[in-house]
Amino acid sequence: MDANDSPPARLGRFVEPFASVAEVAASDGEPHWMLGIRKAGLARFAEQGLPTLRHEDWRFTNLAPIEALPFRPLPRPQARAVSVADLDRLSLAGMSGLRLVFVDGHFAPELSRIEAVEDKVQVRGLSQTLRADGAWLEQQLACWHEGQDRAFRALNDAYCTDGIVLHVSAGVAVAEPIHALFLSSGIEPGLASHPRNVLVAEANSRVMVIEQYASLGGAATFTNTLTQLVVGEGAQVEHVRFQDEGPEAFHMGALRAVVAGSAQLAAHSFALGARLSRQNIGLTLAGPGLEAILNGLYVTTEKRLADHHMVVDHAQPHCASHEYFNGILSGQSRGVFHGRILVRPDAQKTDAKQTNKNLLLSNSASVNTKPQLEIYADDVKCSHGATIGQLNPESVFYLRTRGLPVETARRMLIHAFAGEIIDRVQCGPVRQALDRLVWDRLERDAQVRLDAAAPHS
Amino acid sequence: MGRAGQAAAITMEDRLKMEPILDIRNLEAGVDNRAILKGINLTILPGEVHAIMGPNGSGKSTLASLLAGREGYQVTQGSVTYLGQDLLALSPEERARAGVFLAFQYPVEIPGVNSTYFLKAALNEVRKHRGLPEVDAIEFLSLVKDRIRLLELNEDLLKRAVNVGFSGGEKKRNEIFQMAVLEPTLAVLDETDSGLDIDALRVVANGVNQLRRPDRSALVITHYQRLLNHIVPDRVHVLMDGRIVRSGGKELALELEDRGYDWIVPTEPVAA
Ligand SMILES: Nc1ncnc2c1ncn2[C@@H]1O[C@H](COP(=O)(O)OP(=O)(O)OP(=O)(O)O)[C@@H](O)[C@H]1O
Ligand SMILES: [Mg+2]
Repeated sequence: MDANDSPPARLGRFVEPFASVAEVAASDGEPHWMLGIRKAGLARFAEQGLPTLRHEDWRFTNLAPIEALPFRPLPRPQARAVSVADLDRLSLAGMSGLRLVFVDGHFAPELSRIEAVEDKVQVRGLSQTLRADGAWLEQQLACWHEGQDRAFRALNDAYCTDGIVLHVSAGVAVAEPIHALFLSSGIEPGLASHPRNVLVAEANSRVMVIEQYASLGGAATFTNTLTQLVVGEGAQVEHVRFQDEGPEAFHMGALRAVVAGSAQLAAHSFALGARLSRQNIGLTLAGPGLEAILNGLYVTTEKRLADHHMVVDHAQPHCASHEYFNGILSGQSRGVFHGRILVRPDAQKTDAKQTNKNLLLSNSASVNTKPQLEIYADDVKCSHGATIGQLNPESVFYLRTRGLPVETARRMLIHAFAGEIIDRVQCGPVRQALDRLVWDRLERDAQVRLDAAAPHS
Repeated sequence: MGRAGQAAAITMEDRLKMEPILDIRNLEAGVDNRAILKGINLTILPGEVHAIMGPNGSGKSTLASLLAGREGYQVTQGSVTYLGQDLLALSPEERARAGVFLAFQYPVEIPGVNSTYFLKAALNEVRKHRGLPEVDAIEFLSLVKDRIRLLELNEDLLKRAVNVGFSGGEKKRNEIFQMAVLEPTLAVLDETDSGLDIDALRVVANGVNQLRRPDRSALVITHYQRLLNHIVPDRVHVLMDGRIVRSGGKELALELEDRGYDWIVPTEPVAA
C-alpha cells in the first residue's frame, strides 16, 4: 500500500518526538554540531519519507507496517531492570571479553563489561564519546556517504542516542571479540531505537566485533541501526551482526564499510528473528589487493520476512570479494536478496563471486533473489548465481536407509546448509556459539519441523 | 574365504527348516502406470548369499530400492516378508534398524554432514532398536578403526562430509564400511563392484565375507561374474524385464559371463 499523498500527515509521527529527543541530548552535554546532524537528518527524512514498493530497491519489502506503528524513541533510558539472568539467557554463550549492553538504544554501563580495555584501543558508547572525544567523532560521522538506506540513515542521524564506538590504533591486535548487545525491552509497541556504531580499525590492526540484537518483551518494536566501519590498510576485521529480535519486531540494519588496500574483512549477517528485517550492506573496496567476504544466513518462519540488500563497489584493482548468503524458509515466510557487484573501470583483476542459495521447507514460503553484476573493467573474474530448492529427497532417503528418523535426517541436512555459512566465521568460540544457537533454533522451531514433514507425507 | 565356510556347514535340510530372512512372493511394482517388476519370487534363507544378474534396465535397482523403502514406487501385487514381518509396511529407517542395509549403486554425497557424526548416529539408532545402550566414544572409535582397516580406507575420510570428494571407488568402499559398522542381517549390494579396480574389488569382497554369518544374508546385484569369484553365492538369479527368468548355482554366473543373456529365452517365470 503506497500512501504518497500527504507526506506531512503520514510522516508526522516520525517528526513529532524530535524536539524532546534533541533537547534531552543537548541538555546531557552533547556538542552543538550534533544537533546540526540531527536536524539535517530529520529534514532529509521528512522530504522523502519511508521508501515504498515503487522504489526499485524496495520492491519486495513493504514498510507499511512500520509506518502504521507508533514511533516512540526514548530520549532517556527507561528505569527497567534487565537482570543478569536475562543477559545470560540472550547473550551468545561463552563470550568472556568486552561486552557493551544497550537497552532501547541507551548504553547500560551496569550491564556492561568494559574494564579490561587494551592499550591503544578505545571502546565506548556513542553518547559518551560525543562528550569526551567529539572532534574525532565529528570527523567520522561527517565523512559518510549515502547508500540505498537513505531514509533510515536520515532517521538514524536524527534520533541516534547511543551505540558502540571502537577505535583500534594502528598495529594493535585485539585478542578477544568485542561484543555489543542491543536489547529491545519490548514492553510497548513502537519503542524505537537507533543505534549508531562507529568502528575504526587503523592500519594493520586486528579486531572482531559482534553486534547482537535481541528482544526481552514481545511488543512490536522498531530498531534502526547503522554501523559505519573503516578498515585501515592491511587491517583484519571480522564483523558479525546477529539479528535475533522478537517475532513482532521490525529491524532495519545498515553496515557501511570502507576497506583500504591489503586489508581483510569478513562481515557476517545472521538474521534469525524479527517479523520484518532488512540488512543494507554497502562495501566500498577502496584500496588494491584486499579481500572481503560477506557471508549471511537468514532463517524465517511463519509470515516473517528477511531482506538482504547489498552493494559491493570495486573501485580498485586486484581485490577479491565473495558473497555467500543462504536462506532457510518455512511457513509463509519470505526471503529477499539483492546483491549488486559494481566493478569500476580501474578495478582490473577483480575476483568477485556471489551466491545466494535458498532452501524452501514449505510450499508457501518464497524468495525473490536478484544477483546483479555491473562490470566496467575488462580483465576480471566475476560470477554469480542463485538457487531456490528443497531438501534433496535422495539425501533424505540415504540417511534414512542408515536408520536415522526422517526428522533427524531433515534437520541434519538443514543444519548442514546453515553450516556452510556458520563455518566461515573464523573465530572459533563465536562460531561454536552461533552454531549452537542456530541448531537450537532449528530444533526448537516447531514450524520448521512441521513444514519439514509436510511435503513428505 | 573368511567365514563363508561356516554358512556352508549348514545342510540343505537345516535350511529348509529355517525361517527365511527374506521371502518375496509374486512382487509386482512400478512407477506411475509403468510396470517394472512383473512378478518376482525370491526366498533367501539365513546364511545364504544370492546374486542377481541381468541386463541394464531389467529392474535390479528397482528391487533393491523397494527393499530399502524408496518412495515413488507402487506395489501392485505380492508381498515381501522380512524375518516374518511385512517389510513393505515399514519406513526406510525402520527397515534399517531391523537390519536391512542397502549399499547404493550411486552413493549420495551429503555436504556438511560429517561422516563420523552420521555413522555414530546411525549406529545408535540401530543399537537402540536392539535394546543396546548408546555406544560410547572410545568403543565407537575402536570399532570404526577396525572396520576402516578392514576396508583399507583412509581414516581421513571419517573427518570429511559423507561421500563428499570421495573417489568413485572410495564411495563404494565407504558403503561396505558403513555396512561393516552397522552389521545388518540382510545386506543388499547394488553393483558395489562397478567402478572398483581389481584390488579394491578384493578388499570389498573380503569385507563382505568377513561379515558372513549363519544368521545373516546378502543379496548381491552385479553385472560381473568376477565379484562372485570372491563372494561365492549360494544361488544366482537372472532378472530380465522384471522377472526372474532363470536361477541356478554359482556356475550360472560363469555361463552368463561366457554367453551373455541372449541364450536365455524368457519363458514361464520360475520360482526362485
Ligand atoms: N523412479 C523411476 N521413475 C521412472 N522410471 C524408473 C524409475 N526407477 C526405475 N525406472 C525404470 O525402470 C527400469 C528398471 O530400472 P532399474 O534401475 O531397476 O534397472 P537396473 O536393472 O538396475 O539397471 P542397471 O543395470 O542399468 O543398473 C528402467 O527402465 C528405469 O528407467
Ligand atoms: Mg541398477
